[in-house]
Amino acid sequence: MKIHEYQGKEILRKYGVAVPRGKVAFSVDEAVSAAKELGGNVWVVKAQIHAGGRGKGGGVKVAKSIDEVKQYASQILGMQLVTHQTGPEGKKVKRLLIEEGANIAKEMYVCVLLDRARSMNVVMVSTEGGMEIEKVAEETPEKIIKEHVDPSVGFQAFQARKLAFALGLSGDAFKNAVKFLTALYKAYEATDASLFEINPLVITKEGNVLALDAKVNFDDNALYRHPEYAELRDLDEEEPLEIEASKSNLNYIKLDGNVGCMVNGAGLAMATMDIIKLAGGEPANFLDVGGGANATTVANGFKIILADKNVKAILINIFGGIVRCDRVANGVVEAAKVVDVKIPIVVRLAGTNADIAADILKNSGMSFLVAENLSDAAEKVTSALAA
Amino acid sequence: MSILVNKKTRLVVQGITGGEGTFHTSQMLIYGTNVVAGVTPGKGGLRYKGNEKDSFIREVPIYNTVAETVKHEGADTSIIYVPAAFAADAIMEAADSGIKLIICITEGIPVKDMVKAYEHITKRGVRLVGPNCPGVITPGEAKVGIMPAFIHKPGRVGVVSRSGTLTYESVWQLTERGIGQSTCVGIGGDPIIGTRFIDAIQLFNEDEKTDAIIMIGEIGGSAEEEAAAYIKKNVKKPVVGFIAGRTAPPGRRMGHAGAIISGGKGTAKEKMEAMRAAGIYVCDSPAELGETMKIALAKKYKATSTIKPKKKPVKKTDSVKKPVKKK
Repeated sequence: MKIHEYQGKEILRKYGVAVPRGKVAFSVDEAVSAAKELGGNVWVVKAQIHAGGRGKGGGVKVAKSIDEVKQYASQILGMQLVTHQTGPEGKKVKRLLIEEGANIAKEMYVCVLLDRARSMNVVMVSTEGGMEIEKVAEETPEKIIKEHVDPSVGFQAFQARKLAFALGLSGDAFKNAVKFLTALYKAYEATDASLFEINPLVITKEGNVLALDAKVNFDDNALYRHPEYAELRDLDEEEPLEIEASKSNLNYIKLDGNVGCMVNGAGLAMATMDIIKLAGGEPANFLDVGGGANATTVANGFKIILADKNVKAILINIFGGIVRCDRVANGVVEAAKVVDVKIPIVVRLAGTNADIAADILKNSGMSFLVAENLSDAAEKVTSALAA
Repeated sequence: MSILVNKKTRLVVQGITGGEGTFHTSQMLIYGTNVVAGVTPGKGGLRYKGNEKDSFIREVPIYNTVAETVKHEGADTSIIYVPAAFAADAIMEAADSGIKLIICITEGIPVKDMVKAYEHITKRGVRLVGPNCPGVITPGEAKVGIMPAFIHKPGRVGVVSRSGTLTYESVWQLTERGIGQSTCVGIGGDPIIGTRFIDAIQLFNEDEKTDAIIMIGEIGGSAEEEAAAYIKKNVKKPVVGFIAGRTAPPGRRMGHAGAIISGGKGTAKEKMEAMRAAGIYVCDSPAELGETMKIALAKKYKATSTIKPKKKPVKKTDSVKKPVKKK
């Protein structure tokens, strides 16, 4: 689960990670009073959306007066912010973070995440702050320094020192960096996070070490242990159809294509999307109906898929193992009656009782395109699109 | 011989009295799997018969701990149907009790718990398959998992996959063409898994009863690339592969917790390229898996009636599309 920068920083602060003082604002008035409350003479007005690259898109401005805070806040609030992560249509800004300005001497980078290849967490730092870390990894991999964390003992002080020295720090900045890294890892463990990315990590002229930005993601599987974080979910950041689908316990992801699909199992669902593409279509979604493909789940699936007006055909691909295909077929027929589908539906059911299922579909009096196997399903999708 | 599980497997079911455990224990017993015991803490001493709907064909003794099943029933393999919040603990209990092979079906285990469990089993040299997987089946001998039994057929092709239903799909394509399987291993869709492609492929490579291998990967991580490098160096048996998720957008988790393209890494394109470079027959469409395996087998072992691998590896990449020679 993703959360906003200001929420991430509040959590980090609780664990003793140094972050600039700041306040969230939902309106221009709130932005102005936040700036007054924070005091000082430089503020940063930051758009809060779940996407990176906000600065380049014009969503982060430095204000040198309260008037400028007001001006930037009214510019940014409500704007359609486009970054490399939002897609061309951008994201509407509904929240701002007003933060005190920092006296930046150096910008660096730190992140904590799981190293899948080694099945352990890793803390990575780089002197190349403010840049995309993927780019650094590709062009100058030697500038990324990693410390893997032994799960039985956790992140150790010597590892924090190694990383701080690798960043070329000394004096107060070194001491503060060690403290920062230690607290950061502790927070990562305690919150069941799946990613902490601090970019930039700044060293101030006074030798302080601060998280100027904070990307915080949580492990969805562990949210049951942290109900307080589950509440931070911002539905404005999610696709309405995906929210709707999750209410029916459907694992749905909206895409931009013209062929909807409904599949059991995540791997087969991805493979079905690939088949649609090979058949000359574009997948309109990922949808895993899971183990219990019955009339209700299929009907809900239809509703979600059809709500997307780009969809010109639907491919249902179910491999019945424990699930019996005849039951799925009955579900499809019932659901199609209830929902009133007007576009071609290609149905491919394989496995347990697949022959009975095919008869049910053919005798339903409805115009399902019944496919024998996967390649046949692909061909039927192609011809449905051509028609 | 097959790999991981066979007739001699002595299986303990952790979470045998739960809904999933009850249903799948009955299915495994029907298949002939040697289920020797079950574990549900607090229900030790009882004998379990399943429930009305999913009754067992024979009773299974229940113990409070896995250690007791090892001591009294000689259990050597465990299958876990325990809910996600307690599954990592169940894995560690099994490893600590002398179980040699743990197969964890449970989906949704927190990563933090798995980091610890992985460390725990690795230190003890115990093999884990999964979590978030369909299990392992050696057709005709033992079914240790949730896969539908009837799609399988005993034979000589090894199957290893990150996905459940996509594995069934490929197995079904093989069986429909009369090609049987030595063992099918679902390694699971999570970011942290015990047995990886490279481990399963090594086992298949060393298994005398496996002639060829199907590997089915998906986006996310780099396990397929690692396996491809291993195959290039060590494997002379034909390998047929597929990667699901060519059309998946970056940054989105596609159902499986581990199926995500992050930082531009873990794309299907990268994986397929690595696999092609290793001489693997890579299918563009999952519909081609069975037919490609048929071609691969025919090329490698064509004239011989008793199947014996030749010494020299055949070049594979360029000729997948050639029609099969009709015998």
